[in-house]
Amino acid sequence: MTITHAPAPTNTARITAIDLAVSTVRDLNQALHATDDGTSWVVDTPAGQHNIAVGIDRDLDLVVNGHVGYYFAGMHQKGRVTVHGSAGVGLAENIMSGTVHVTGDASQAAAATGQGGLVVVDGNTGARCGISMKGVDIVVGGDIGHASAFMAQAGRLVVCGDAGEGLGDSIYEARIYVKGTVASLGADCIEKPLRPEHLAELAELLALAGRTDDPAEFRRYGSARTLYHFAAVNAAAY
Amino acid sequence: MTNSYASRGLRESATFDRATINDIQRAATTGIYDIRGWGAKRALPHFDDLLFLGASVSRYPLEGYREKCGTDVTLGGRHALKPITLDIPITIAGMSFGALSANAKEALGRGATEAGTSTTTGDGGMTPEERGQSRHLVYQYLPSRYGMNPDDLRKADAIEIVLGQGAKPGGGGMLLGQKITERVAGMRTLPVGIDQRSACRHPDWTGPDDLAIKIAELREITDWHTPIYVKVGASRPYYDTALAVKSGADVVVLDGMQGGTAATQQVFIENVGIPILAAIGPAVAALQELGVHRTVQLIVSGGIRNGADVAKAIALGADAVSIGTAALIALGDNDPRYQAEYEALGSSAGFYDDFQDGKDPAGISTQDPELAARLDPIAGGKRIANYLRVLTLEAQTIARACGKSHLHHLEPEDLVALTVEAAAMAGVPLAGTSWIPGR
Repeated sequence: MTITHAPAPTNTARITAIDLAVSTVRDLNQALHATDDGTSWVVDTPAGQHNIAVGIDRDLDLVVNGHVGYYFAGMHQKGRVTVHGSAGVGLAENIMSGTVHVTGDASQAAAATGQGGLVVVDGNTGARCGISMKGVDIVVGGDIGHASAFMAQAGRLVVCGDAGEGLGDSIYEARIYVKGTVASLGADCIEKPLRPEHLAELAELLALAGRTDDPAEFRRYGSARTLYHFAAVNAAAY
Repeated sequence: MTNSYASRGLRESATFDRATINDIQRAATTGIYDIRGWGAKRALPHFDDLLFLGASVSRYPLEGYREKCGTDVTLGGRHALKPITLDIPITIAGMSFGALSANAKEALGRGATEAGTSTTTGDGGMTPEERGQSRHLVYQYLPSRYGMNPDDLRKADAIEIVLGQGAKPGGGGMLLGQKITERVAGMRTLPVGIDQRSACRHPDWTGPDDLAIKIAELREITDWHTPIYVKVGASRPYYDTALAVKSGADVVVLDGMQGGTAATQQVFIENVGIPILAAIGPAVAALQELGVHRTVQLIVSGGIRNGADVAKAIALGADAVSIGTAALIALGDNDPRYQAEYEALGSSAGFYDDFQDGKDPAGISTQDPELAARLDPIAGGKRIANYLRVLTLEAQTIARACGKSHLHHLEPEDLVALTVEAAAMAGVPLAGTSWIPGR
């Protein structure tokens, strides 16, 4: 692996630069797993490779210049990660904590099953954004695809654009905020009142994502809780 | 009972027998299908339909109490830096905390550890009790990802990506509200008391090409240390095994339709999937054609009850077996001493399969604190260890009789079938002939 140390933007830290045209993803990940808290990293030439920066459990800062493939920042636990580009399937899947920010678009299953932390996508996402989310907060600047927040259990999904078909199908206790249109709601997902506490948490999430959208322009969606117990009359929804 | 009816000239329908009549009447009364635990209960071609050819003139046997018959197995050496070696080729199958009590999970871990083998988590995450008492713990990576976290992933001795199980290939799990206590709900991030549905597909990948990337991700997160299994329910074992190998699995776990479940629709249990007897041959053929038989290990499950079943599965080409239902029985499931309580639940010892209800008198498939306290995890662990030892001794007895100094030396040539069906499914000759139907 070729690691070069470049001067940091401040005088108090150093940045480790890794070029994935030279180093392997395996080398990068093992270095990230072994590093100390407080380190800073820049990765160039990701070239859409899969599994970059997975399993980070150090409080570090990482910037990737270019597009990344599947499972970027999968199971992310600590630190702040930014991609100046777009991300493939399963961005930050099962994220536990920390922040993952993609300046471009993300493919399907973004932040799938995320248990905590914050995932920000400035552009659009594909289908199944926030599928089975379990506590993660997701802010999408653009649109999200169909079957997003399917079986979403906990956490907040904020969509500044439009949502595709079947939003929040079989949702449990997650909360969804959409500024634009919703093509259709999935089974047991309904629009709910936007009360002051929701406006407050929405404002906080938008601010964390660096956005200036007006919370009052969003609508809130969540579970009608009619499918929480099996009942023969609900067979069509099962 | 049946004879007394016959003597009165009463004839029961084979098509509409009493259980079927009850099913129809129950459906008409309730308007919802039957959900139960256990695995397939219908009669199926099974290991009972195979026999071993003991040594005689053309083979010589090993001395029963003198000559060694090895039982160890190493799993995961294909790609993992830290494969696991078990003393015996009999593992404990994945069963969730939630479906089972914490005491039951701990007992399984204790027993497996004492016997030198592995136990497996389930669809509900890893409990400290189980990790603490399990020397070799396999962590299941399931579609629901309940309780999934990278810390537990790194604590695991192996990771089992579950695509399906024999009781319900193509189906997701369910756990009814009676068992969703505060602790279970907390581990699964669900409201207490709801009827929980687990997904049947993984949320972030579909198909073998994606699976290869998913396996690579898990390897990257665990720094390539941990063996990765892929578990499938037996339905298309040749293709599923080949695709698991292509995707990079270290181990393939193949679960036949007799494999147990905590809660599944009866119609699913009894009508989807194939018996393990019919599944081993195609899986082994796929491994052999790819040149990885014994390099990628095959673990089979679904109806393993005794050492003969273990020996037969290994002779057909498996590297190890897994037990679930039998382990629960060893712990005390369906014990006649609870007969009065089974009766009160509308069942009977030997028939009890309402694992979904959480009222198990034996304290195994329950989250009720009073019922769960009936199972002492230390005593339960001893029972599991005893049972595993018996399975091993029985398998060794058969292997020595066939002249084998290691269980893995057993081979299809040691077997014959009692029925045409079993001969065709297992790919061994009908007893007394050289005929393998279809070849």
